[in-house]
This record gives sequence, C-alpha cells and structure tokens, in this order.
Amino acid sequence: MTTDTARHIPDRLDSPFRSAVFSWEMLLVLVAIAIFVINSIASPYFLNAWSLSDLTFNFTEKGLIALAMAMLIIAGEIDLSVAAIIALASTLMGMALQAEADTPTLVLIGVGVGLLCGAFNGVLVTRLGLPSIVVTIGTMSLFRGVAYIILGDQAYKGYPESFAFFGQGYVGWVISFELVLFLVAALVFWFLLHRTSFGRTVFAIGNNPIAAAFSGVRVERVKFILFCLTGLMSGIAAVLITSRLGSTRPSIAQGYELEVITMVVLGGVNILGGAGSILGVVLAAVIMGLVTFGLGLMNVPGIVMSIFIGLLLIVVIALPIIWNRLRERSA
Amino acid sequence: MKTLAKHREIWLLAAIVLLIAIIALRFPVFARPGNLLNVFNDYSILIILALGQMVVILTRSIDLSMASNLAFTGMAVAMTNAAFPEIPVVFLILMAMAIGTALGAFNGVLVWKLGIPPIVVTLGTLTIFRGATFVLSGGAWVNADQMSQGFIALPRIVFLGLPVLSWSAITAIALFHLLMTRTAFGRSIYAVGINPTASVYAGIDVGRTKFLAFCLSGLVAGLCGYLWISRYVIASVEVANGYELSIIAACVIGGVSIAGGIGTVAGAALGALFLGIIGSSLPVINISPFWQLAISGSAIILAVVLNARGERRQGRIILRRAEA
Repeated sequence: MTTDTARHIPDRLDSPFRSAVFSWEMLLVLVAIAIFVINSIASPYFLNAWSLSDLTFNFTEKGLIALAMAMLIIAGEIDLSVAAIIALASTLMGMALQAEADTPTLVLIGVGVGLLCGAFNGVLVTRLGLPSIVVTIGTMSLFRGVAYIILGDQAYKGYPESFAFFGQGYVGWVISFELVLFLVAALVFWFLLHRTSFGRTVFAIGNNPIAAAFSGVRVERVKFILFCLTGLMSGIAAVLITSRLGSTRPSIAQGYELEVITMVVLGGVNILGGAGSILGVVLAAVIMGLVTFGLGLMNVPGIVMSIFIGLLLIVVIALPIIWNRLRERSA
Repeated sequence: MKTLAKHREIWLLAAIVLLIAIIALRFPVFARPGNLLNVFNDYSILIILALGQMVVILTRSIDLSMASNLAFTGMAVAMTNAAFPEIPVVFLILMAMAIGTALGAFNGVLVWKLGIPPIVVTLGTLTIFRGATFVLSGGAWVNADQMSQGFIALPRIVFLGLPVLSWSAITAIALFHLLMTRTAFGRSIYAVGINPTASVYAGIDVGRTKFLAFCLSGLVAGLCGYLWISRYVIASVEVANGYELSIIAACVIGGVSIAGGIGTVAGAALGALFLGIIGSSLPVINISPFWQLAISGSAIILAVVLNARGERRQGRIILRRAEA
C-alpha cells in the first residue's frame, strides 16, 4: 500500500483548473443540475419563481446548522443534540410568550438558549474530556426531555404578528428572509473557515489534535467555540422554525440532526475530521432541498423521500471510493 | 485491569439496587419480586438489542440502524403471518433472524469492503430501512386480529415461572457471554477495538471482524423484530422509532466505551435494566412519563463522566507499567 503511493507521487501538483474541475464540489454541482433538470421534466409546477422560493424553505433552517456543524465535524467532533436544542429553545420562547414577551425578547431567548446549550455541550466535551458523540446523545435526550417536562402533550400558540417575519417574511419579490439569512451566514462561515487563522486551526485540529496543540493551538478552546457556534446556529434555526410554524410542540424538529449531518457529509466533509469546505455544504443543502421538494411535487410521501436521502448519502460516498478502486486496478 | 472492569458492573448493580431501595421506601409494591420480574420482562427486548449493539461498539463502530432493522423485519414477519397463518412460528422466527442478518450484512459490507465510516453507513440505512418498511406495508398496520394465535402467544408462554420473552433475554445474555469470553471470535472483537493495528499483525482480519459484528447486531435486531411485534401485537412503520438511542444509552450506561475495546455483556445488560427501572418506576412514584427522556439523558451524561474517570485511571496504570 505505502510503496504503491510512493511510486505514484506526481512530479507536480494538479493545476488549479484541473483540481477545480475534478473536485467534489463540481460533482455536487453536476448532481444538483441533474436533479434540477429531472424535476423540471417530471413536474410542470416546478419551474416557477414561487415554487423555487418554496423550495428554499426545505433547506435553509437545516443548512444554517449544517454550516456550523461542518466546522465542528472538520475539527473531529460532532453534535447530535442540535434538533433537541431547537426543541428546548422553541419551548422556552413559548414560555416567554406566555409571560407576554415582545418579539425582540423572544428572538433573544431563542438564540441565547441555543448558545447556552452549545456551551453546555462544549464544557462537557472540552473540560471533562468526554467523547462528543456520547455526550450529545445524552444532551439530546436531556434538552428535548426538558421540553417535554415543560410542555407535555400541550403546545404554545399565538406568536405575535411581528414575530412571523423571520420564518414567513420576504425581503423582496420571492426572496425570503430565511434564504437571505442562509446566504449571509454561508458567506460568514466561508470566510471564517477558509480565510482566517481560526479556520486554519480548525483544520489543524481535525488532522492532528496533538500536533496542533504542540503548534500552539488552544485545541480545547477552539472546540469549545465551535460547540457554542453550533448551539448558536441551532438557536437561530429555532427562531426561524417557530416563526414559520407559528407554534411550539416538544416534538418540533424531530430527526433534524440526522438530516443536518447527512448534509455535511454529502457536502464532502470528512466525518473523521480534517477536510471539507463550506461551498460543498451549501451545495449539499441545495441538493437535499431539490430532492425533497421534487419528490414532494410528485406526491411521494416524506418517509419514502428518506429512502432517497439515505441512498444519496451512501451512494455519493461509495461511488468515488469504487471509482478510485477501479482506476487503481486498471493503472 | 479485569478487577477494575468488574468493579464497574458491581457499581452499576449497586446503583440499581439502591434505586430500587429508594423507590421501595415509599412504594413497597415496586420492589416485590413479581413486579421486578415484570420490569425485566418489559425490558428484555432492550437487553437483547443492547448486547448486539455492544459487540458493534466494541469494534470501534456504531449501529444506528438497529431500530429501523427491527421495524422492517417485524413488519415483514407480521405481514407473512397475516397472509399465511399456517406457517409455523418457528419458521417465522428463523425468517426474522435471516432478514435481520441480511440487513446487518448490508451495513457490514459497506464498512468492510468500501471502508465507509460506520456512523455514515448506519445513518443512511437508518432512514432507508424505515422507509423500506413503509414501502413494504404501504403505510398500513398489521393488527392483532390479523395475527395467528401462536404468533402472539409464544413470548407469553410461562416456562418455569418466567415468560418465554424473559427466557430469550436470559439465553441471549448467556450466549453472548460465552461468545465474548470463550471463543476466538469474541477475543478478536476486543482485540480489534483495543488496537486494530496490532490485531492485523496478530492475524485478525479487522474488516471481516467488523462485518461479522454488524451481522450479529442485525441478527439480534431481526429476532427482536419478531419479539417486539408479538409482544405489542401491532406492526406499523412507527415501531421502535428513535429506539436506537435507547439501545446506545443502555450500552453507555453499562460502561461500554464508545472508543471501542471496553465493555462486558453484564454491563450492557445492567445498563438496559437501569433504564428499565427508571422507565417503569416513574408511573409508580407518580412522576409524569414526560420526565423519562430528561432523566435518561442525565443518566447517560452521568455514566459517561464516571466511565471516563475509570478509563483515564486505567490509562495511567498502563503508562506506569511501561515506564517500569
């Protein structure tokens, strides 16, 4: 194995053009175009500004979380509690609503609860040195459990008119507030991960945490910040979802964590850490939106859609591996 | 090292006894042997599933698809029973185990032959198997009146004072204990989890061992598919939805290390029982069942904190030995 790779070290690296053409992101673009074309052929209702606008709601909320989750996974950690954070944040917003809180307070509570939950995960993982997958399975039950304790089988309703803007409002024409927020967040996260020294430390930690620590990276602090960021984005998503649905139940956003992680992995982020890009995650979010919306137009039930999402996840990861194997064999 | 590991199970057992004692102080009914046997019976399925999950986690993998596998297999068996009531139940159980193993093997092949991380594979199959359950049934339920008498009765037959369902858990515990401590396969499972590189040099095929671990967890999930459906007498797409987390929680509480290589059959079984005691005591002590999720979440976090301390101490001892 090692001798093989040694023999194949190229004289020079691929040109920027070549590596861009054969990149994961290019594959995702092609997949997205293919699904877009299939959707337009399969349904007469698809190619329409309002349809396409509705489509974006399928991925904006999960996509916002996926941006932060991507950085967390690149750093070699994971957060399975994001959907539970949404449930807890939404429930506490509902409680504040009962106490007649105004819209800015509601938003502050939603975002603040998300941040605190993320910090709680961060403390458990970095201060106590626990494996994040188990910690967040625990907090996943804990956060949603608290929401169930507060709400039981009840629901909070009657959010103020001004609160509805975040999940239902449009900035102009068919461009929703959620979409704008997602695009702005994507830009911010792209800059943070790919253009700042903080972003470089995230990659360094994911590739080799010990080497990163010896290089002067404060590994635990960076990880803590990433958990806080993931919590914060979950809090923002909680505000959007609560505003869009106009009600809170403890079962809100159930199963979102798996879809968010699917987005991240589909976006080319290595689940073992150390590699990935924000562009890939954004494209993966769009692809997931296209698939679920297209199948929805064809009256495919949600549970059958999940088969496609699951297959998409496995096939997209398996295909390059098989492809490389075949190329190696023929070489 | 062995005494340390033993300690963990003893502590967990002590915690369970203490928990029962505290509840019994105010509600003596709960601690009656008859009630405790009922709790054991109620959580037999969780115990069996936790044993399968433990084997997978020991090899540094994770199987998130067990609950979906259970739902699919259960639906397949229930529909077969509804369509052909004359087929004997024994054959249906074998069929459940075969389907479960096949689904587990699908996970295993992707992990073994393509090297895709287990969490990604089973995250995918978690949704695929559940979706397939919907496709198979068309969203319809199989109700009690469509199932044959023998199909429903089997887990309830009382044998030597215990229902067959409890006996299946006891048998599974015994078999898994033998498998993990008395066979070469069991040793190789631990070896792969503790040190995959060293395992390769010791002549163990790491990928194949993981594959077999997934087959085993699939087999167990398939068997539990039958047990679940016949116990609750309804087969629907929603069966055991989200249960994969309870299974993993049982393992974690039982001291199975998510990093692989550490964990025992007794631990996993006690972890499941611990969740069982909590779950079944809430209605007795008049706490709303809505508390259960938060309490088991706290139990998981507490268990991880305690386990991590034990593992760290162990690590230090190994280090000191190496220095000496």
